[in-house]
Amino acid sequence: MNIKKTALYELHKKHNAKFVEFAGYSMPIQYSEGIVKEHNITRNKSGIFDVSHMGQLFIKYSNDITDKLQEILPTDLKNLKINQSKYSFLMKENGGIYDDLIITRMKDQYMIILNAACKQNDLQIIKNKLNDQNLDINNNLSLVAIQGPESKTILENVVSNVSKLKFMNGENFSFKNNEIFITRSGYTGEDGFEISLPNKVAISFVEELISKGSTLIGLGARDTLRLEAGLCLYGHDINENTSPVEANLKWAISKNRINDNFIGSHQIKKQIEEGVSKLRVGIKPETRVIARESTKIFDEKDNEIGKVTSGTFGPSVNASIAMGYISNSHSKTDTKVYLEVRGKKVPANVCDLPFYKKSYVKGEANV
Amino acid sequence: MSNTKFSKEHEWITLDGEVGTIGITKHATEMLGDIVFAELPEKGSNVEKDGTAGVVESTKAASDVYTPVSGEIVEINQSIVDDPSKINADPEGGAWFFKLKLKDKSELDTLMNKEEYDKFAKESSS
Repeated sequence: MNIKKTALYELHKKHNAKFVEFAGYSMPIQYSEGIVKEHNITRNKSGIFDVSHMGQLFIKYSNDITDKLQEILPTDLKNLKINQSKYSFLMKENGGIYDDLIITRMKDQYMIILNAACKQNDLQIIKNKLNDQNLDINNNLSLVAIQGPESKTILENVVSNVSKLKFMNGENFSFKNNEIFITRSGYTGEDGFEISLPNKVAISFVEELISKGSTLIGLGARDTLRLEAGLCLYGHDINENTSPVEANLKWAISKNRINDNFIGSHQIKKQIEEGVSKLRVGIKPETRVIARESTKIFDEKDNEIGKVTSGTFGPSVNASIAMGYISNSHSKTDTKVYLEVRGKKVPANVCDLPFYKKSYVKGEANV
Repeated sequence: MSNTKFSKEHEWITLDGEVGTIGITKHATEMLGDIVFAELPEKGSNVEKDGTAGVVESTKAASDVYTPVSGEIVEINQSIVDDPSKINADPEGGAWFFKLKLKDKSELDTLMNKEEYDKFAKESSS
């Protein structure tokens, strides 16, 4: 299979990107600044992320479609307002997660943003559910995120009136006479926006953002940013064998859907009522040692009680940080645990997520 | 520093009498990216040529550090453990890893000089 490129590939190259293969795409892992600097630029100023490898699926709106989507997503779509977005899951029968996604109710359609590695499988599931084999991911569109405290001002200089958007809301705007759709959202723990726009204007749009003071940021810093923000990476922190309840993402299941029927709802209801045996938690090693994915977690009596699913060094918290699943009996904040790294047991503590928190937006948006 | 020698694992060593100072090359740090963690061998321990003698981790991955020669560790550079970013900033100077008393100086003959190493590094990264 040929490795795919996004519409921004040549621009990445021009900015000295180092590329890695990610979900079949050649994507920038970092640029010449390096991961730590790129991370800090996003936290302190503004960073641009090419997330065009993610799938953009548009489904014509109808009451019937809403009902059918509610059978596979645990989200209350009936009360989703026009231009409002929600974080949701494509559910599996066992209560596991086929993918995590953002669904936005646009005026006459739904927009669903899917993970790159899952999008073809997701598409098939949704096609079957909606009984519509013509449904397809829109490959004519790019997806760009701009994140960080100065992003609002920078984007406003390119697209007027975007700063009026509230968190997890979107609207149509225009760029060079092309219709683009912008939501106030992101995956870094910073205020920011995600812009869906035609491939043909992707490079000129990003170049304008750069000229107004933003900087291209690679997937490496995207990972340290999202982990500091306590956000899950599909295929690592959540997968087909972790439920939203076990993943500590119960908040994303709409309250009025808990007793409703959707794929996996029986299992979810049971877990909410009876509790779960494992839970996703934050873990902070007491030293700078990094506990990578699959690191085993032990209790004080040397019993294995879980595994790390993501671990890195967090530049903004200046510490080693990790997330993982741990037996529920040890999931309380400040529980002392031990991580086995290169044969040694490193002391660590269960901690609250996120590791890094900052108020998203003051004034115009509510989180 | 004409007496600096280099290994295929991207370590450098300079000799001062019986004691060699060892670190990782600038080329190695460029491949690794931002280093955020360093672990060094214990002072007084003995290490064998090409054996592991530490670990560095970048934001991306962990890599073993190998010793290009055998000997007894006589000093370690605690400052790079406390602030691993120094390794990226000055890999072939202030951010040396450890000093060891060489067991067999002839082991140095198996290593590359600067010119040979530069060529090797260029070829191995292309």
